[in-house]
Amino acid sequence: MPSLFQQIQAGKLWDFHGGVHPPTRKAQTAQKPIGVLPLPDRLYIPLRQHIGVAGHVLVSKGQRVLKGQPLTSADNSMAVPVHAPTSGTVMAIAEHTSAHPSALPEITITLVPDGLDEWRSRYPLNLATSDKLSLLERIQESGIAGMGGAGFPAHLKAGLTQPVDYLIINAVECEPYITADDALIQEGAITIVKGIDILCKLLNPKAVLIGIEDDKPIASAALKAACSQREHYYVRDVPTKYPSGGEKQLIQLLTNKEVPAGRRPIDIGIVMLNVGTAFAVAQAVLDDQPLLSRIVTVTGETLSQPQNVLALIGTPVSDLLTFCGYQQQTAGKVIMGGPMMGFTLPDLTVPIIKTTNCILAPSQYELPQPGNELDCIRCSACADACPASLLPQQLLWYSKAKDPAKLDEYNLFDCIECGACAYVCPSEIPLVQYYRVAKAEIREQQREAVKAEQAKARFEARNARLEREKQQRMARNQQLAQAREQAQKTGSNSNAVADALARIKAKKAEQPAPATNREQVLAEREAKKQQAREYQAAKAAANQQPDSVSETAKQEQAVSSEPTVNESATVEPANAKSAAVAAAIARAKAKKAAQAQAEQQETIVEAEQTKQPEAIEQSSPQAATDPRKAAIAAAIARAKAKKQADSEKS
Amino acid sequence: MSFKIASSPHNRISRSTAEIMLLVVVACIPGIIVQALLFGYGVLIQLVLAISTAWLAEALVMQLRAKPVLPRLKDHSAMLTAVLLAIAIPPYAPWWLIVIGTFFAIVIVKQLYGGLGNNLFNPAMAAYVMLLIAFPLQMTQWLPSVSLQPESLSVLDAVCAVFTQYSCSGFSITQLQSGIDGVSMATPLDTLRTDLAAGLTLTESMQQPVFYGIAGAGWLWVNLAYLAGGLMLVKLRVIGWRIPAAVLGSLFLISLLSWLAAADSNPSPLFQLFSGATMLAAFFIATDPVSASTTNNGRLLYGALIGLMIFIIRKYGGYPDGVAFAILLANMAVPLIDYYTRPRTYGHKAKGAGK
Repeated sequence: MPSLFQQIQAGKLWDFHGGVHPPTRKAQTAQKPIGVLPLPDRLYIPLRQHIGVAGHVLVSKGQRVLKGQPLTSADNSMAVPVHAPTSGTVMAIAEHTSAHPSALPEITITLVPDGLDEWRSRYPLNLATSDKLSLLERIQESGIAGMGGAGFPAHLKAGLTQPVDYLIINAVECEPYITADDALIQEGAITIVKGIDILCKLLNPKAVLIGIEDDKPIASAALKAACSQREHYYVRDVPTKYPSGGEKQLIQLLTNKEVPAGRRPIDIGIVMLNVGTAFAVAQAVLDDQPLLSRIVTVTGETLSQPQNVLALIGTPVSDLLTFCGYQQQTAGKVIMGGPMMGFTLPDLTVPIIKTTNCILAPSQYELPQPGNELDCIRCSACADACPASLLPQQLLWYSKAKDPAKLDEYNLFDCIECGACAYVCPSEIPLVQYYRVAKAEIREQQREAVKAEQAKARFEARNARLEREKQQRMARNQQLAQAREQAQKTGSNSNAVADALARIKAKKAEQPAPATNREQVLAEREAKKQQAREYQAAKAAANQQPDSVSETAKQEQAVSSEPTVNESATVEPANAKSAAVAAAIARAKAKKAAQAQAEQQETIVEAEQTKQPEAIEQSSPQAATDPRKAAIAAAIARAKAKKQADSEKS
Repeated sequence: MSFKIASSPHNRISRSTAEIMLLVVVACIPGIIVQALLFGYGVLIQLVLAISTAWLAEALVMQLRAKPVLPRLKDHSAMLTAVLLAIAIPPYAPWWLIVIGTFFAIVIVKQLYGGLGNNLFNPAMAAYVMLLIAFPLQMTQWLPSVSLQPESLSVLDAVCAVFTQYSCSGFSITQLQSGIDGVSMATPLDTLRTDLAAGLTLTESMQQPVFYGIAGAGWLWVNLAYLAGGLMLVKLRVIGWRIPAAVLGSLFLISLLSWLAAADSNPSPLFQLFSGATMLAAFFIATDPVSASTTNNGRLLYGALIGLMIFIIRKYGGYPDGVAFAILLANMAVPLIDYYTRPRTYGHKAKGAGK
């Protein structure tokens, strides 16, 4: 039995469950040269075009920017910047319809090109002399996010440190209509292989597997020719079947491995990148050209010249359609992406983003409107088509029943939303839509559950604290009562003054315990005040993380049990110095006042507490007949106690 | 500028539920023709009665449920139920039998469970069993094949027989049922069961004229016609191969074993396969997607269970054929079968109920 690697080397391919064969309709665009769009009037560049967080805006309204100049910063590992695709002026930084199924507005930089196409200065890297870190930095700074559709930041994949057996380059492009990768490979196979070289240097895989569907013979031949000098690069022609280009499906096709549920391909030693990503990496490293443009397939029967075009990131969809001779039809639709997983656009001002591979403007006959949804007849054509071996008809049933437990049991979250089930459904049930809704509902429920859990924990912690404080109070009272009893036994109890003196003595003996209690109370109080101040400060500085700051401050305070002004000043965020000093002084004053007040209250409370049990156990007639005397004694005791406390404090 | 917003995928395969139902009905046609030629035209009248009753019943329920009537009738599911019931009952059964049966199938078994896709039992078979239990006499009024009938019946005779139980020339069904020698003839399966129970050997029983050929006169051809229609459905991918293969496979295997063990008291496997409603059940009734198992392994299990039940009921049961009971029993087991035969999801460990 040959090893897996030997089988892969020998060219063995495996199969995955299910899959469908929709008409590919790629011939309309596959063999045409890539068209170059004229410079658009406006470019709409959304700040976030990948999975992760947007970088901070580096430019301001009215500023002139050069081609390739970063518009946002890559200040976070999950952030990749966006760049000016050409030179021009920033006209606005405002909300614009997003290139997302929801079409919700998102912050977008509007750029007016000046037609000069003036580059910033460029610094190409030499692959042989560059170290990994500078390569990764360059990939991130060039704004490269997975170009196959998901838009995962490329530097995160290329920077994985776990051992990699196989680097898989995904050139399958299984969605009908789309030929963008096909065209890219036909024209840029050599650059793609250079990009793979860079990725190999970063990841050091045992072998590189390039998967391409067998309906792209020209592209496949070009790749094979470009790889001919590389020993461990293998180009594999996989049978045309949707969704062979899904990450999990391609891994299964090429290596017979499955990514365990809830894990990532790297956990089984595999990294997969799109062929367009490899191309972009080569451009970024070797030419210092960030991701400014991409190839987009513009196709559909409403176009007189369907073709692949090289479009700048941010180009409105309308420009592409006009370029390809679009005649709008009544009740037409325009789809971003392919017919299986793409989404319809609400209007044509939506821009091309890094993950846009296709604009599809079909006629009504080409992709007719869905008919009426009928009842499921449980034919399980969907189960036969599902590449994840799910049971879509059961998932539909439980989605309708809103039964999250059953949905989980039937592995709803393993659904990759490829649409194969809905494609084959004879009752025209929009199955994927049901699953999307169910998933969103479950995620929402989970968020609610986490929130409720947190609230419960907070409530329980509060109850525990109250209980603890009550216990402490009771313990202290008991100790005081005992001390008093002892004093009564030893000393004369005939006169109230002596009694009070005895109490004070007893208290003296008891001093350490209540002292620490008091300190704690003070520290807590101070910590709370500090927290409030921190909160205010955090609110002022928008990007602070108020929770963690105040949390640490609170902890510090509580632990030290001797909060000083200096210390609280250090945890203060770096504000203006004078303000900090002023605040510190104010705090010190406030603290002093608060302490004094607290001290007073404390002693009063204590005195009262000590008085009560005494009154109960003695209830001697003389105490009752001589209340004034007792009151005077109590007052003296209070004063002494206060003095004592003050001296102790200092 | 207005654009239609739709959820992906935006393209769909062209075959619809209505087409699937219609194709199944079409695939029944060879069998119906053979049945009409060999057992008389009664089946055609039953078909007309059944289909009109089904449409009326379906329309009535949709009206009561305040749902659109026409789209529902256009999905052809009611027609399919009616066709299957009509060809399953004796061709000269009284008209009210099929009307009651079809009404029961559509209203009680299908619509009261929630309509298309929600019924637990196969409507045609549930109705058949109801009729068999409620009207056993009428439901066993099978005439022998045309070649053995003393009088040949025209289409007009068939109409008279169904509506009045007498042919136009005045023969009663009972008279028609009797052979030339005046001995009443049931179906081969029925005759065989009765004879074996009476202590006759298989060879002795087989001497009777109903056993002309390997599966009884006429029945072989009817079964072959349904087999052809069924294979066409498999070829067109309207039905999967698993259920029919499992039904026929298990029936063949168990009857082969019993035949090898005691050839004198058990009919041959071929007799089992080509007699009664075996082929109709395997290709047209057991494959009803709504009431069948939905997983691939489950379908094999479901089919095998039907084959086994058919054999047991034919051999030990009190009714001439066991197909309807076998299918209803298997229908009951479907939720259980489906639950325990869930396929392993990609990326999950084998078996262990999904997790």
